[in-house]
Amino acid sequence: MTRFLPDEFRIPAIGAGVIVLAALLPLFDDGFYLAMAVNIVLYAALCTAWALFSGPTHYISLATAAFFGLGTYAVALGNELLPFPLLVALGAAIAAVLAGFVGAATLRISGVYFVIFTLGLAELVRQIVSWAQVKWSTRMGLYVFTDFTEAHIYWMLLALTAAVFLTGWLINRSRLGFAMQIIGNDEAVARHCGIDTARLKIILFMISGAFIGMAGAIVAPRYLYVAPPSAFNPTISFLVVIMALLGGTRWLWGPLVGVIPFTIVMEFVSANFPNDTSIVIGIVFLVIVYVLPDGVTGRLEQLLARMRRTSTASKAATVKEAA
Amino acid sequence: MFKRTMMALAASAVAIAMTGGIAAAQQTLKIGASAPKTGPLAGGAAVTHWPSLQLWIHDVNARGGLNVGGKKLKVELVEYDDKTNPEEAVKNIQRLITVDKVDFLAAPYSTGINLATAPIIAKSGYPHVATSAATENMAEFAKRWPNSFWILGSSTEYAEGVVQALQTAQKAGLIGKRIAVVNVADAFGLELAAAGKPALKKAGFEIVYEASYPLGAQDLAPVISQAKAAKPDAFVAFSYPGDTFALTEQAQIQDLEVGVFYVGVGAAFPAFAGRFKDAATGIMGIGGINMSSKENLDFRRRLKEVTKVEPDYWGSAVVYSGHQILEQAIERAGTTDRAAVIAAIRKTPAKTVIGEIDLSTNVNSKNWTVGQWQDGAFHGVAAKGFDGAKAPIRKPAWKK
Repeated sequence: MTRFLPDEFRIPAIGAGVIVLAALLPLFDDGFYLAMAVNIVLYAALCTAWALFSGPTHYISLATAAFFGLGTYAVALGNELLPFPLLVALGAAIAAVLAGFVGAATLRISGVYFVIFTLGLAELVRQIVSWAQVKWSTRMGLYVFTDFTEAHIYWMLLALTAAVFLTGWLINRSRLGFAMQIIGNDEAVARHCGIDTARLKIILFMISGAFIGMAGAIVAPRYLYVAPPSAFNPTISFLVVIMALLGGTRWLWGPLVGVIPFTIVMEFVSANFPNDTSIVIGIVFLVIVYVLPDGVTGRLEQLLARMRRTSTASKAATVKEAA
Repeated sequence: MFKRTMMALAASAVAIAMTGGIAAAQQTLKIGASAPKTGPLAGGAAVTHWPSLQLWIHDVNARGGLNVGGKKLKVELVEYDDKTNPEEAVKNIQRLITVDKVDFLAAPYSTGINLATAPIIAKSGYPHVATSAATENMAEFAKRWPNSFWILGSSTEYAEGVVQALQTAQKAGLIGKRIAVVNVADAFGLELAAAGKPALKKAGFEIVYEASYPLGAQDLAPVISQAKAAKPDAFVAFSYPGDTFALTEQAQIQDLEVGVFYVGVGAAFPAFAGRFKDAATGIMGIGGINMSSKENLDFRRRLKEVTKVEPDYWGSAVVYSGHQILEQAIERAGTTDRAAVIAAIRKTPAKTVIGEIDLSTNVNSKNWTVGQWQDGAFHGVAAKGFDGAKAPIRKPAWKK
């Protein structure tokens, strides 16, 4: 691990400040805005965890629902038997193990094969869980009764998001992060440098899967009633990809930039056009694709570049005038 | 572009907040509703849930509004799509309560979402009259959330209804003792089978064939051919809409001749009769209504007139009755104070389109459990707590 330089702590310090400010929200509102903040923080954690793996490797994973559902089920099945923090850890472990197996089986293939496989994986896990429930119990739905309020769930998700960001930051400045950068740019070159690409990709996929599993575990008490269709909802996988790509995955905070406007716009649409959400959302998507093809961060980069160009141009002009 | 969008958003947020503030002087009663308009359950909600709510709003306003302590208040609906997603539903309910500040809530749709939203509805002290949640633990939930009322029956009640209908048919000499039982391996199907099989044995029936099949199974021909090989007197399937249609189709193709042919969820849909026409005659299924009740027939006629939607023969009337329970309690309490309304629901039984509903224990004990297609309508042939069940007829030979 590379040594820390005092300079490097500026960004995590800002991040910590933002998290502390965000943690104060439940003191001001415990109704709609808190409920919406829970959704934003949930997707912030999911999208950032997703981008930990998919950002540098450019593998589009649709397995989010599988990891998420396993975390939810860990809590639903064990809620009466084990303390909650242990169940969250268990959810993370189960999701990581699944990610490890899937990674070992599929990360040697790439492109569209990987996408299709991960999409099928979520459905496969759902079917296995349903089958197991049919075989060993006569109930399909499980109840998760806890004493957690919305504020508790919000704080837990916020802590998870902080952990995802911290992990992402540590990875980026580690040998693993450096290796991932090379793999992302050119996998053949990475292999020639002696990087064990398959192993590193599996490790990263497991870390990403574990965080997604934890998010599912934390949200389970909010569902209260857990059944396979809601825990393994494929919409989650797609929303995560859409929001992360909207933000852009080149930077750690890119997905966050996608999650916040996306959630607010969707909220605005569903509040004002309850009967035509599908149409309006479709139009919003078209606008996004045409106006922000590289995501919000890509657009910001462009704007910054343009501003720099104009400022150098004006500087050049003043220099000329002075001469 | 982005900046402008955000400005527009902020401006509209302010506008929304302001309209919320002005509506302080009460002229209307705001009713909040969140249920699926998109997602897997949108189809079911479009038949069973939304039209009944629209009709109720229409009916109340056509009467001049609700009589609240001598003042007539019209009702205004604020509705959101929960996308068949519990996360979305929780957020919608929060928005209805804390931003729109609605006076009362219409219950969400489906067991899962009624349960997911129950804690926040309870925390905010709103009455919660759940009309589409079928679970085994209603009494426990009523204790946990004293503001919640459970109108639909439990799976055990629906399974016992099947046994009751079979016994009636047996006494009438329509069938013998041999029963084939199949079920879909998913939530409601499993619970019904788990409750139904022991009840059948206890009633002296002999289960000659049993099988389960996964949800979404494409080919159900083997299920019917094996059931047929067991030579049953009656065929019972605890099924979901998709397989309800598929099993009936296969039974028709393979000429499964039985005295009682029972299928689960879906048999009460108008689309079922639309698909099988005359061949539907004699088929039994979950649900049923009292076709001799004037109120119910009147409700069906008005629903079709006002919303242009054909009501089903099970949930539509139950959903409407849930709104009636709330309406009558508000008028009896004479106030919009929600605690008083909850007490009023518990205190006096409500007169609804499905009959008189007593909620002194928060759980409704009266339900139609089995219906049968006779003369183009799905008549209730077995019920718990209700009178007026029609005598079942023997299923005639399949018409093709």
